Amino acid sequence: MSTPAVPTPPKKVNRINLEPATYRGAKTTLCAGCGHNAISERIIDAFYEMGVEPTRVLKLSGIGCSSKSPAYFLGTAHGFNSVHGRMPSVATGALMANKTMLGIGVSGDGDTGAIGVGQFVHLMRRNLPLIYIVEDNGCYGLTKGQFSPLADVGSTLKNGVVNDLPPIDICALAIELGATFVARSFSGDKKQLLSILKAAISHKGTCMIDVISPCVTFNDHEGSTKSYAYAKDHDEPVNEISFVPFFEDISVEYEEGSATPVKMHDGSTLVLRKLDSSYNTTDKLEAIRTLHETVRRGEFATGMIYLQPDATDFLSLLNLVDEPLALLPQARTRPGKAVLDEIMEKHR
Amino acid sequence: MASSDLLAEPAAIASPTRVNDFSIQVATVNGSGSQTANLVLLRSIFQMGVPVSGKNLFPSNIAGLPTWYTIRANRHGYIARKKEIDLLVAMNPETAQEDVRSLEAGGAVVYDETLKLDQVRSDLAFYPVPFDKIVAEVCPDARLRRLVRNMIYDGVLSRLLGIDLAEMDKALTRQMKKKAKALALNLAALQAGFTYASEHFADRPVPFAVSRMAQTRGLILIEGNEAAALGCLMAGVTVVAWYPITPSSSLCETLIDYLRKYRMDPETGKATFAVVQAEDEIAALGMVVGASWAGARSMTSTSGPGISLMSEFSGLAYYAELPAVIFDVQRVGPSTGLPTRTAQGDIAFAAGLSHGDTKHILLLPASVGECYSMSIEAFDLAERFQTPIFVMTDLDLGMNNWMAEPFPYPEAPLDRGKVLTPEVLQAIGEWGRYKDVDGDGIPYRTLPGQFGPSFFTRGSGHNAKAQYSEKTDDYTDNIDRLLRKFETARTYVPQPEIDQQAEARIGIIGYGTSHWAIVESRDQLRDESGVETSYLRIRAYPFTPEIGEFIDAHDRIYVVEQNRDGQMAGLLRQELAGSQIAKLTSVRHYNGLPIDARSVTQEIRAHEARMAMPPETSPEDAIVGAEEAV
Repeated sequence: MSTPAVPTPPKKVNRINLEPATYRGAKTTLCAGCGHNAISERIIDAFYEMGVEPTRVLKLSGIGCSSKSPAYFLGTAHGFNSVHGRMPSVATGALMANKTMLGIGVSGDGDTGAIGVGQFVHLMRRNLPLIYIVEDNGCYGLTKGQFSPLADVGSTLKNGVVNDLPPIDICALAIELGATFVARSFSGDKKQLLSILKAAISHKGTCMIDVISPCVTFNDHEGSTKSYAYAKDHDEPVNEISFVPFFEDISVEYEEGSATPVKMHDGSTLVLRKLDSSYNTTDKLEAIRTLHETVRRGEFATGMIYLQPDATDFLSLLNLVDEPLALLPQARTRPGKAVLDEIMEKHR
Repeated sequence: MASSDLLAEPAAIASPTRVNDFSIQVATVNGSGSQTANLVLLRSIFQMGVPVSGKNLFPSNIAGLPTWYTIRANRHGYIARKKEIDLLVAMNPETAQEDVRSLEAGGAVVYDETLKLDQVRSDLAFYPVPFDKIVAEVCPDARLRRLVRNMIYDGVLSRLLGIDLAEMDKALTRQMKKKAKALALNLAALQAGFTYASEHFADRPVPFAVSRMAQTRGLILIEGNEAAALGCLMAGVTVVAWYPITPSSSLCETLIDYLRKYRMDPETGKATFAVVQAEDEIAALGMVVGASWAGARSMTSTSGPGISLMSEFSGLAYYAELPAVIFDVQRVGPSTGLPTRTAQGDIAFAAGLSHGDTKHILLLPASVGECYSMSIEAFDLAERFQTPIFVMTDLDLGMNNWMAEPFPYPEAPLDRGKVLTPEVLQAIGEWGRYKDVDGDGIPYRTLPGQFGPSFFTRGSGHNAKAQYSEKTDDYTDNIDRLLRKFETARTYVPQPEIDQQAEARIGIIGYGTSHWAIVESRDQLRDESGVETSYLRIRAYPFTPEIGEFIDAHDRIYVVEQNRDGQMAGLLRQELAGSQIAKLTSVRHYNGLPIDARSVTQEIRAHEARMAMPPETSPEDAIVGAEEAV
């Protein structure tokens, strides 16, 4: 007696026929409830939904809890967990060697704001096409909860120590330095973070994304300004983001005057609905003023803070051949004998 | 009218005592355009077929401080620095008196007549020249006089030493061919100096002379930094990241010029290379490491302070096994030290650069020819061994002009090392990034975006599959394999150059630029004292077995180097047997000036004399003996 065959439901795949599992990485070793894990999830979602081939991605990081996370997404991509605060330089070299790859770097508030602030400055200046995520919990998790330079004045450690130095606002710093895509989000805000990450994949230039990502172990207590409770209460979006990728033929409904469509480098559309009628994402002064004003009110601005969609990126500036430099054959990298002879003749 | 027509009969000048064997020191102020005049002088002697070397002794300053340029002409081909100055050109009032006092008796001085140097000493030949008066006649524009004034002494020396003025014209034209107006002025200054000397010194004896030889036919003159840059160009470098630092800046700057000229795609005009002037040396090496991880041939060049900053990334590249080519054009340390003086003081530091157990491969060029050939080798070794390669040159080699045979076009194809291919994968079965499948310690790597499985590169503990691991066996297996890889390197690195004399009981070991002083010192020991020596020049670290054999074959070994602590001798002691170590004596030279033969000779001679004396028992020895008896 045979039972009728139950048809297996079709597997869920993205536009390049890959399943979500292809985008996952190793099992996380971070604490349960760590904001960084939520960010890894959103990275997985964004790359899956945008249909990026994982083997075309370079994942890089420095040192710290945040820097462990590239192991937890895009398991088939090459990854590089480098040294503390120096991931920007490694990413710069790697992308110069192979400009056809998509680079994503994960850093932390200590890795970026303290030991790495020098390399951060020059990464922003150069506008290297790299998605640079700062998983920002205001403290050093891996060394058990010391303050980082991104911690707010008056914030306290679990043992009662009060932070009395002003924080570096890396969004304002990035804009000042010439970054062309600056956003802030919160690890708990799935929709906003996902839209920002998808927009970042579409941008050609440095995408500096500061993600408030509470440390459940050392910085989630009363008195911390980077706790889940505090972030939920003080998050002040400057805009609402809708993202329409280039491969989806959807027209977005938005009210004239209250929303601005921005054409991204790959043809996708980013629609920013203003929450504050005067906010203009492509205006540098506006962006910096808004960041300062929200801080003054004790809030932190989130959303698409600043965007310059058509600036020249660093790799374009180098005017490189189309093929990756890493793959050029000897015939194209070793000049012929006539060249050496000519040079020798000049020295006789 | 050709300038050579002006040459008076040589008989007008009394017969010179020393032909093609003297040193000239030109004392000027930096920033006064003396470099052009000095290079013209150097080159014109070279064009006369006489072996020559030029060494620039300059301050860490842009303009206004004393600078000395020393040229040695030597018919035997000795081109090491010589301590004794025979002929002084005194152009700097501030140092003139002291400069004159430093001369050998019987020497000569060309000087600005206002300095009245002939009152300082009476055992020298003096040639006063009214530079200001001559330059005013040649150069109506007062603002330009400062820049052509120095060319006058070249004209004077042409006449005094018998350097064909046509050769000076040729050398000058070659340097200034793109600046017609400046060239005309300088040619006039050169001629004016020559004419002045002809009119005023024709009847005075000159103790030195240049006479045509054929010793430099076919040779080139080139700086070590430029030679190294040429090597990088020919090695097919594709990523260059650097930070300016004396004395290495000209290496990358020259390389960039060559890349722009010869490495644009002929079809599209696009670059087959990327260059970044990084924010510091840490970032420079970070970029190099990132680029090599992605599969590019990448390099950086620096000097002491930069090497210090590169230690963390060097350790990462060693432990994560990433190629990198690092040129260390050594200067005097520690700290800022003497930025414009030469040394071999980074050897021990570079050999183990990083915290933890680290061993790096060092290449040790002695000549501009080796700056070129070892640069090419460095890239091959970096990719073959997947590790940083340090090319240890120094200021003396890097920033001075040296004679050399023209560089050969590289015959061997680029060695890109072990990159996983489908064929290799089939042969080895299962791939692991850090698995030693060939027994030589060198694993196969895969490159991002290319064939083969991906892996996670990290500076933290990892197993053969590149997975994070803190297991003790994983750590020790891996670090031991790295040592195995280093052992394999012994058979790949440049082998030592050995001149073993059957009769010699004394052996000399040296490396890098000390070579030139050692060659001359061996002749001095043989010709003056009848002492035969053998000589082994180390060309790389790790060491090769020949070094032990060389030590065994001699009674006493002198290790010559340009640092205080005998750093190479220290590295040798780590690997030698006790009986071999007992034979070593360090000959150390560390005053920032290039090592000279006479110093080496005197030190070896003094030590040999002590060895020949009967041993005496000192009171201390007696006490030690008493303790041992208890």
